[in-house]
Amino acid sequence: MNYNFNDELVKKFTTATILWGIVGMLVGVFIAAQMAWPALNFDIPWLTFSRLRPLHTNAVIFAFGGNALIGTSFYVVYRTCKANLYAPKLASFVFWGYQLVILAAVLTLPFGYTQSREYAELIWPIDIFLTLVWVAYAVVFFGTITKRKEPHIYVANWFYAAFIITIAVLHIVNNLQVPVNWHLSYSVFPGAVDALVQWWYGHNAVGFFLTAGFLGMMYYFIPKQAERPIYSYRLSIVHFWALVSSYMWAGPHHLHYTSLPDWAQSLGMVFSLILLAPSWGGMINGIMTLSGAWHKLRDDPIIKLMIVSLSFYGMSTFEGPMMSIKTVNALSHYTDWTIGHVHSGALGWVALMTVGALYALIPKLWGKKGMYSTQLINVHFWVATLGIVLYIASMWIAGVMQGLMWRDINEDGTVVYSFAQTIKATYPYYVVRLLGGILFIAGMFVMLYNFIKTVKTDKNDKAEDNVAELGEMA
Amino acid sequence: MKHAIIEKNIGLMGVLIAIVISFAGLVEIVPLMFQASVIEPHPNLKPYTALELAGRDVYVAEGCYNCHSQSIRPFVDETLRYGHYSQANEFVYDRPFQWGSKRTGPDLHRVGGKYSDDWHEVHLIDPRSVVPESNMPGYPWLAEQMVDAEQVDKGMRVLKDYFDHPYTEEQLASAKADVEGRTKLEALIAYLQVLGTAIPRSYK
Repeated sequence: MNYNFNDELVKKFTTATILWGIVGMLVGVFIAAQMAWPALNFDIPWLTFSRLRPLHTNAVIFAFGGNALIGTSFYVVYRTCKANLYAPKLASFVFWGYQLVILAAVLTLPFGYTQSREYAELIWPIDIFLTLVWVAYAVVFFGTITKRKEPHIYVANWFYAAFIITIAVLHIVNNLQVPVNWHLSYSVFPGAVDALVQWWYGHNAVGFFLTAGFLGMMYYFIPKQAERPIYSYRLSIVHFWALVSSYMWAGPHHLHYTSLPDWAQSLGMVFSLILLAPSWGGMINGIMTLSGAWHKLRDDPIIKLMIVSLSFYGMSTFEGPMMSIKTVNALSHYTDWTIGHVHSGALGWVALMTVGALYALIPKLWGKKGMYSTQLINVHFWVATLGIVLYIASMWIAGVMQGLMWRDINEDGTVVYSFAQTIKATYPYYVVRLLGGILFIAGMFVMLYNFIKTVKTDKNDKAEDNVAELGEMA
Repeated sequence: MKHAIIEKNIGLMGVLIAIVISFAGLVEIVPLMFQASVIEPHPNLKPYTALELAGRDVYVAEGCYNCHSQSIRPFVDETLRYGHYSQANEFVYDRPFQWGSKRTGPDLHRVGGKYSDDWHEVHLIDPRSVVPESNMPGYPWLAEQMVDAEQVDKGMRVLKDYFDHPYTEEQLASAKADVEGRTKLEALIAYLQVLGTAIPRSYK
């Protein structure tokens, strides 16, 4: 069977993932520096924090994460179905169309063309085009599954399927707008309803883009890399349906103590607590896949990246439900604790799983025995992990401090601290966070170097330093 | 039912996924669209005037929500610092909502009337000249850029025609003239000064 077209397309997604990852994280490092030293805004509109922060979030979630998800989903679906990608021209359109959406984001967000609804900032013409790209993506993915030569659909594909379907629903409903001109539009939902719709979307961008999609990636690449079957087939069924059916309810926890009616807030909190179980189901199933082969954790830095990624997943899916408890949320909400929580998931879980999968994928796609340097994968692992720890620890401390300072009341019934005093107290933590971010992106540059060297080095080079060629599974 | 049946039928699996993800929206969002306390305006609430709406468009375009919330929680410290807690019926003319999720700067829901126009002007152009500890960027270009009168005119008509915001014919007719020649800075300040004024700030 000729797999050429499929591999060539996944190669493009792989390259795009690394490049957009670096771009998105560079913007992140820059805006982190602006929070510590506001002079870095330079009074230039398109370099201003409030315009660049949405570019950072969109670039890392949708450009870095999105390219990784679409690319690996294509790879996984044609491998596990033993079939060529359905409608190759449409599949190419998915790649180029998606890059065009990202380019459009880069050309609009810093220039003040935005909806200013979190993680859904893109203006309406881009939203419509993205919808077309997404439909094409669904046609290719599900079309390939219908052509499969295996009767069973492999578990990774269930997660990718849930991700594709749900993101389509969320994107369309959340972007129901009436255009005023080519860039401005007004939401069809008023005030408090708009808030709930937006966070139903926002929370499930996390739940389905950053969780279900990456669980799909995990379910293929961990067993493959460990050369072990998934720990429990039954657990994967149970936690899949539990995760898919409970995530959508949890959105209102982003709106605790706002004027959203109490019944909605309480529903959101209850389902957020329930979510702990299916989330940990996924973590357990992934980590326990290594049982009987724990030595690989020592020998193979790719496995190390993936297992530490799952550990961060377990941590942040414990932290999330805790933060959704209203009394905890009363302290944590609006503070930098939230930012720490998000990055424990985004850097720890999403990014480490992605780079782990890419390190496994790159040699296969380019026909090499392994990555150019295993030692550099190790370096990447340690630099990235240290960066994450600095990042989330500084934001936790800053967040708890802010929450406590805000609520401190004098005996005479006045507030102890002015808001400005809480900003002043946070500056040192912003510097530590910046350092964490710099370490993390340094790891990405190590990866870029390793990637280029791997691709440019001839097949037979560097044999002794390489990870053994991976066996076919699927 | 054996799971193998679903695992071998992608159509069935897709439909089941679509069904289980729909419940939350139907149970949480749909009833909210009909809950009176959420969709009916506070008796003192007025739709944004042309200049205020232009200012709101500036607030949205500059991405102020990245650092400022517009939602005061019913806590002692918040009502002391920001004023009366927020109510859903104060936001019915907000499309999109701008409640935010992070307070790098203070909440702005009841900032209306708290500072003078002059203070806002100085603060928006050079925040650290009035608040030395602030890490807010300056927005000096707002003083030089003019409001897009065409956009405000069209925007008010969209809000009236599609969403029934109660604008009078007079307001619609004079929309362009009301904002012609005004800077984005003036518009933004007009918006900030009306924020949260439907309910008095003091909370006892």
